[in-house]
Amino acid sequence: MSEQSTGNEPAGKAPVTPGAGWHRAGGEDLTRPRRKRRKGGGGWGGGNREAAMVPEAEFSSYYGRQIIKTPTWKNPEVPIYFFLGGAAGTSSVIAALAEFTDRPKLARNAEYVAGAGALASVVLLIDDLGRPERFLHMLRVFKVTSPLSVGSYILSPFSALTSAAAAFRLLDLKPVMGLGTKVLPFLPKIAGSIPVLRKASAVGAAAFGGPMATYTAVLIANTAVPSWHAPYDELPFVFAGSAMAAGGGITMALTPVDEAGPARKAALAGVALELAAMHKVENGHGIVSEPYHLGKAGKLMKAAKAATVSGAAITALLGRKRAGAVAGGVLLAAGSLFTRMGVFEAGMASAKDPKYTVIPQRERIAAREAGRGATTDGTEGNAVDAGEASTITR
Amino acid sequence: MTAVSSASPGLEGPDAKNRLFGPLPDVQGEAGYAEDHPARVGFFTDTSVCIGCKACEVACKEWNTLPMDDSHGKRDAMGMSGMSYDNTGMLGANSWRHVAFIEQSRAVDLPMPSFGRPGDDRKDTGLPVNPVAPQADGPLNAQTSVLNAEALTEYDPQTGQSGGDKQIRWLMSSDVCKHCTHAGCLDVCPTGALFRTEFGTVVVQGDICNGCGYCVPACPYGVIDKREDDGRVFKCTMCYDRLTDGLQPACATACPTQSIQFGDLDELQARADARLATLKEQGVESARLYGRDENDGVGGNSAFFLLLDEPEVYGLPPDPIVTTRDLPAMWKAAATGAAMIVGIIGSAFLGRRRS
Repeated sequence: MSEQSTGNEPAGKAPVTPGAGWHRAGGEDLTRPRRKRRKGGGGWGGGNREAAMVPEAEFSSYYGRQIIKTPTWKNPEVPIYFFLGGAAGTSSVIAALAEFTDRPKLARNAEYVAGAGALASVVLLIDDLGRPERFLHMLRVFKVTSPLSVGSYILSPFSALTSAAAAFRLLDLKPVMGLGTKVLPFLPKIAGSIPVLRKASAVGAAAFGGPMATYTAVLIANTAVPSWHAPYDELPFVFAGSAMAAGGGITMALTPVDEAGPARKAALAGVALELAAMHKVENGHGIVSEPYHLGKAGKLMKAAKAATVSGAAITALLGRKRAGAVAGGVLLAAGSLFTRMGVFEAGMASAKDPKYTVIPQRERIAAREAGRGATTDGTEGNAVDAGEASTITR
Repeated sequence: MTAVSSASPGLEGPDAKNRLFGPLPDVQGEAGYAEDHPARVGFFTDTSVCIGCKACEVACKEWNTLPMDDSHGKRDAMGMSGMSYDNTGMLGANSWRHVAFIEQSRAVDLPMPSFGRPGDDRKDTGLPVNPVAPQADGPLNAQTSVLNAEALTEYDPQTGQSGGDKQIRWLMSSDVCKHCTHAGCLDVCPTGALFRTEFGTVVVQGDICNGCGYCVPACPYGVIDKREDDGRVFKCTMCYDRLTDGLQPACATACPTQSIQFGDLDELQARADARLATLKEQGVESARLYGRDENDGVGGNSAFFLLLDEPEVYGLPPDPIVTTRDLPAMWKAAATGAAMIVGIIGSAFLGRRRS
């Protein structure tokens, strides 16, 4: 009887396909997503050498459809928010320290950057809501399990304090003071205490500056999106480094070089941190690292690296000249923005392809079964192993 | 503070064990309900008896007045998905039940019916002889011969037998929100719009949701979604309004084959275990329960399934975890990163002015 088998399977052996050999009927196997891969063609770097990094894996899906939902967050508003929050966060720390180390111009510029960045962040965050008029609902509960709730309680005081510091700084300008006095007649009376109020606001803002720069990494890592969740203990460092590069770079570009030393150093240290952490994100997570190299995300990450590295080089070599500081600062800020956009795009891409959801989960099951098999009866463990292995044939 | 918190179990209270993941024997108690809360309820969807009639989808849309959408969730659009009989496509803001259709075939190692004109295999005895399966005994031979005629029509949907060496089967499964023990959507909701009901289910309060969309990528099953023109998110409520009035959810009420069973979760779990044992006894090797195991990554589901193939074949994740499981490690990394920012910038200010 076995002689009459189809001949496709090895003789004398039952097929070991999972699910008793069932597979999708019909000509084209639609359970496998159609790969849209443009190899060779023009574009950046010509072809994706990284694509070969992870071998093509077989897996099942429902007509190639994605399993998790794609984030509904607006693009590029949300990555720009990540960038501005980071730049404002680190600028606020620079501002507070500059206030007390006799660097008035650095303090002033960092306060303006922090205040403007924070206010723009608030606008972008509210704009991203499906019901913007309900933005205050963010503050009706406090939940540590929700990074967005925690983030709302970071952004609110941060934006209030940074804009206060920036506003007090604006009062140094005579026309603004004149205008302010028309609206608030008591202003000249408290003129003496304005620097104190400004410094207090700057210090308060700086306390929220660090968390402001890194909470956004937790915001995206705490999702089911494979390429965001897997590197959850590295993304906060990417965001911290990227924020320092942006905040340091922008304040450095705006400030005379003799005061901008700390901003320069902070930017360079940030670049080192960002590149080191990003390297782990891009290479340490198997198939889930793949989206960081492909498509739009891959291009953005490449552009980010080019801008960041060249910006750091210019800063290190020519940062003590004003032109060098401006060029370096602009490149560092651009690199930081591209990094956030690239990370955002990589997550979107990983959500849209079921393989990034299914294959890592299958590997997790296989590893668990293998572990269980090793501790119990050897033969049983092997049997399970074989079954699982065939599901994720590589 | 009210007794009922719209915060998830989280980190409040003295016992931090299993608050973010793992088994949780009393979900409602954990959410702050008094001890006399109703039992946890759920759905047991037995896909082995689903006939794909979509009565559940229709009943759900009717009861919850959900708008029409196409298979990609586009509102007020009608379009064919091109995938089998499934034009619903997926769960989303406007589809809270989704019947999946999967047509499968497999090679079978059965006595091969012969091909050719009917009657060709009849010899002068008039008795049917199957030339390909001569070892078969008389009565079986007769049956095979009768089937030979039918074999020309290739496929009999009743028996699932196609004429040749192929067998065909249809998998049909009505998917729904899982109402997880540890619900990612509920954990990450910053407004408290998502809350745990006294029945252990997870529901969105439409008047609180501000459309931040965080729950959408937080769900490991891709259930909840935003209605773009409305701005808020929507998902299955397990007919919370009907439950409070002592009625069954609309889908379970409409299901003609009891593929969707509603009841107390304990009872459903026992029923599912018995059903699985029966199927295994009958030789349905590929039967398995999905979402039943409270030691899985989401602490088990209120809505669980009996499947006949791997979960991903139905569009379900094979090993989902609640993303919040790793949140303490994430906060730790973020705090370290924030401290590094202050530390590095602080040390950059050390040394002499005008460096």
